[in-house]
Amino acid sequence: MHIDIDKDVCIGAGQCALAAPGVFTQDDDGYSTLLPGREDGAGDPMVREAARACPVGAITVTEG
Amino acid sequence: MTELTDPHGPVTAAEAVAFPQDRTCPFHPPTGYDPLRHAPALSRVSLYDGREVWAVTGYATARALLSDPRLSTDRRRPGFPTPTARFANVRDRRVALLGVDDPEHRTQRRMMIPSFTLQRAARLRPTIQRIVDGLLDAMIEKGPPAELVSAFALPVPSMVICGLLGVPYADHEFFEEQSRRLLRGPTAADTQQARERLEEYLGGLIDDKARQAEPGDGVLDDLVHQQLREGALDRAELVSLAVILLVAGHETTANMISLGTYTLLQYPDRLAELRADPALLPAAVEELMRMLSIADGLLRLALEDIEIDGVTIRAGEGVVFATSVINRDAARYDDPDTLDLHRPSRHHIAFGFGIHQCLGQNLARAELEIALGTLLRRLPGLRLAAPAQEIPFKPGDTIQGMLELPVTW
Repeated sequence: MHIDIDKDVCIGAGQCALAAPGVFTQDDDGYSTLLPGREDGAGDPMVREAARACPVGAITVTEG
Repeated sequence: MTELTDPHGPVTAAEAVAFPQDRTCPFHPPTGYDPLRHAPALSRVSLYDGREVWAVTGYATARALLSDPRLSTDRRRPGFPTPTARFANVRDRRVALLGVDDPEHRTQRRMMIPSFTLQRAARLRPTIQRIVDGLLDAMIEKGPPAELVSAFALPVPSMVICGLLGVPYADHEFFEEQSRRLLRGPTAADTQQARERLEEYLGGLIDDKARQAEPGDGVLDDLVHQQLREGALDRAELVSLAVILLVAGHETTANMISLGTYTLLQYPDRLAELRADPALLPAAVEELMRMLSIADGLLRLALEDIEIDGVTIRAGEGVVFATSVINRDAARYDDPDTLDLHRPSRHHIAFGFGIHQCLGQNLARAELEIALGTLLRRLPGLRLAAPAQEIPFKPGDTIQGMLELPVTW
């Protein structure tokens, strides 16, 4: 699984980190970022939920 | 009109429904919106001044339109719809964050997000817990009955936002009163004067902070000593931001605490369930947010023609998002009028959606979980001290919540 976060679009709402705290967090500037070692989603079923929760569509999840 | 209230009947092009309307029950959408609930995702509604605008009531359509940059939230634009006569003469005023479009909005939001992350809200939890416990200690020591809005629902978020921003809580009576006048009038002069007084007060506070050699640890201190000094913000913009952060930071959460408590007390089975399993609290907060939808009527102005759901929103037309109806879209939520602590309700749009989604949502969640959870735990006999139907709540043209909440235990 490949997860792409568009930081130019991210508004730091934290919805991704709330939905899938095992994969997403917020960096010092408040932007969404992937936790070290979890860049591939770590098989977390909540990753797609996190992408859907993003209010600005900044997260793209692709298989492979 | 009977065909309009029949959920399976045809919807006729009848007279546009008035918007906003007062709620009949404080935790349900106004019964006057029933025709909108059974209509397509977009309907025509009529504002107080007779102007017709589009009302968005469908969940999927709301998500699409709240993300659409062709809808502006800049109140200074000519033709921006006005929800109530009180706001007609404040249209020329700058409203930070929620009243500006990108790229101006993006610049402001980016300055604020480090202060409102999930981690920051998590770090504030012990402080919030101390505030909540202190207020409940005082209530318990004094003994029942109590008026929960003034004794608890308002001071909790007021103290929290003061600590976060670096505003002295000693001034709370002043700014709570001005916030009340700003949001609820009753006259246009109240609204205008309250805004001016808040700007004057926060402007003075910002000037004081700018003179301090050693900055305090509030968000406003950070903004003064970094963004203002570096020229990323001018003083007027910072004052406008401070007004929004202070007002939105306490009014909304106070309403959720008072109305959330009232609602839970009307559902004794759900309340017992929540008391028996405090792990349900986060889900209960989301479900209450969905069901109560206290910011009921988000306004936008179309800058270009927008084709959606088979209709055309013309450039220059107003759009209002009826969040109480959107969050009860039966296509999105099963049995939407039922308070269900187990439903996955996180995707509600009570905090809005798109670039303007609530900046303080993570802080609000923490405050609500701690305030409601601790209130229920420490006052196991909590109940209303007046007949439920006689307790006054706010009119439809402002943020929804209880005006008073007499309780005993």
